[in-house]
Amino acid sequence: MGVETLKIKLLAILLMCSFSGFCSENTLDKKEQGEFNPKEMILHHVKDAYGFHLWDWDGHSVSIPLPVLLWVDGELVSFMSSEFHHDSNGEVVVERNGHRFVNYHEKIYQLASGASALAFNEDHYPSNASKPLDISITKNVFMMWISVLVLLLLFITTARKYKQSTQNVPTGIAGFMEPLILFVRDEIAITMIGKHKYKRYMPYLLTIFFFIWINNIFGLIPIINGANLSGNIAFTFTLATFTFIVTTFSGNKNYWKHIFWMPGVPVPMKIFLAPIEVIGMLVKPISLMIRLFANITAGHIIILALMSLIFMFKTIAVAPVSVLFALFIAVIEIIVTAIQAYIFTVLSALYFGMATEEEHH
Amino acid sequence: MDLVTPGFGLVFWTGLTFIFLLLILKKFAWKPILGAVSDREESIKNALKSAEEARAEMQHLQADNERILKEARAERDLLLKEAREMKANLIEAAKEEAQSQADIIIRQAQASIESEKQAAVADLKNQVAQLSIDIAEKVVKSELSQKDKQFKMVEGLLEDITLK
Repeated sequence: MGVETLKIKLLAILLMCSFSGFCSENTLDKKEQGEFNPKEMILHHVKDAYGFHLWDWDGHSVSIPLPVLLWVDGELVSFMSSEFHHDSNGEVVVERNGHRFVNYHEKIYQLASGASALAFNEDHYPSNASKPLDISITKNVFMMWISVLVLLLLFITTARKYKQSTQNVPTGIAGFMEPLILFVRDEIAITMIGKHKYKRYMPYLLTIFFFIWINNIFGLIPIINGANLSGNIAFTFTLATFTFIVTTFSGNKNYWKHIFWMPGVPVPMKIFLAPIEVIGMLVKPISLMIRLFANITAGHIIILALMSLIFMFKTIAVAPVSVLFALFIAVIEIIVTAIQAYIFTVLSALYFGMATEEEHH
Repeated sequence: MDLVTPGFGLVFWTGLTFIFLLLILKKFAWKPILGAVSDREESIKNALKSAEEARAEMQHLQADNERILKEARAERDLLLKEAREMKANLIEAAKEEAQSQADIIIRQAQASIESEKQAAVADLKNQVAQLSIDIAEKVVKSELSQKDKQFKMVEGLLEDITLK
């Protein structure tokens, strides 16, 4: 037993640490609301945030402040997220360029002129404020850029390894990355698009595969409180849009014919099929967007929900069960990171393959 | 709901970041990596092909060698056979030559013996004739010297002849 138990214990401690943030927030919540609200806690952790919250220390939140960028009335308003003093209940008002802003549930609202505090209507929605165009460097954007740095470092180093070697022998990191790159090439691009046309799509497929994978993994790292980038619909929406754009622009005559004038079926059927195919054209990227978002977010929600059990039952006795189940799910999630990146890439490649397929009947 | 509404900010930054990442990686990572990999695969393919060719060449050479060896062996056998035949012929010819030479010599010897014999016989005949004449001369001389005997013999002879 020895080593194995130790490993499990260490993992359990790590997992516990990762949620230390919400443990203390939770105590704060309790003070305010008197009751632990798992839904609020989970949504708070799954969603984006303006600051990069690391941990709580001695009753104070320790976080990396990130820039808030707002486009108001044709001018850019910027300030650091620390100006809100970790408030996300719309209580702290920040005044810049004559505009007043509050952070309500990690959304920035611009108070209507004259208002000095956020007011709510009967549905608990802010009634005297509007959302400005928000291009802040949020936690997710910040993590995305870190992931970009890691990717650049990884692959430019890999590329350099080939240059150093006289016979293109992969050494060091290249030996590790090459099978992955070859996997994308041989199992995804060549299989889905075909030997003759896959080359054009290789940069896109490789980039999207590793970009999604690394962000899936980063979302699981407990210490950085899981910036849930690939489980954010805006992220998956953007990537799915790219796939849609690439598919649409690579579509050849045969592809468009299959959409608007399906060959091999009677004319009434052709007319009937055209709108369905047009919808299908849009549904494909939408399914990509939802699949990645839902899979990653679901994994996060399950782990958080299992952890919430401890606070809902208010007993430490539930902890071993929660930790074990969360560990189990976390291991599955590690597999899911790769699987979802693979599925997104393979389906993108499949759509490109369909768009460039030549007529052969 | 908030969770399923794409926020503009993140869409904007994701799009920008992704395009940036795609361009940078394409230029500095994917192109060199994929180029190196395909170069290597190409060189491996070529190396395998040339190895295969070399093997075929080797086989070809081996077959050639075999053939040449076989031909050489056949030629050697032929040469040996020819030599043997030539030897036999030579011996045969020499034998025949010797035989005929010997025959000639024997015949010549026989002829010369014959002629010698003839000469000897002729000589002997001459000598016998000479001797006979000499003897006859002497006999005749002595006989004629005794006149009474001659008359007696002539009378005897005349008595034998009866005149008719």
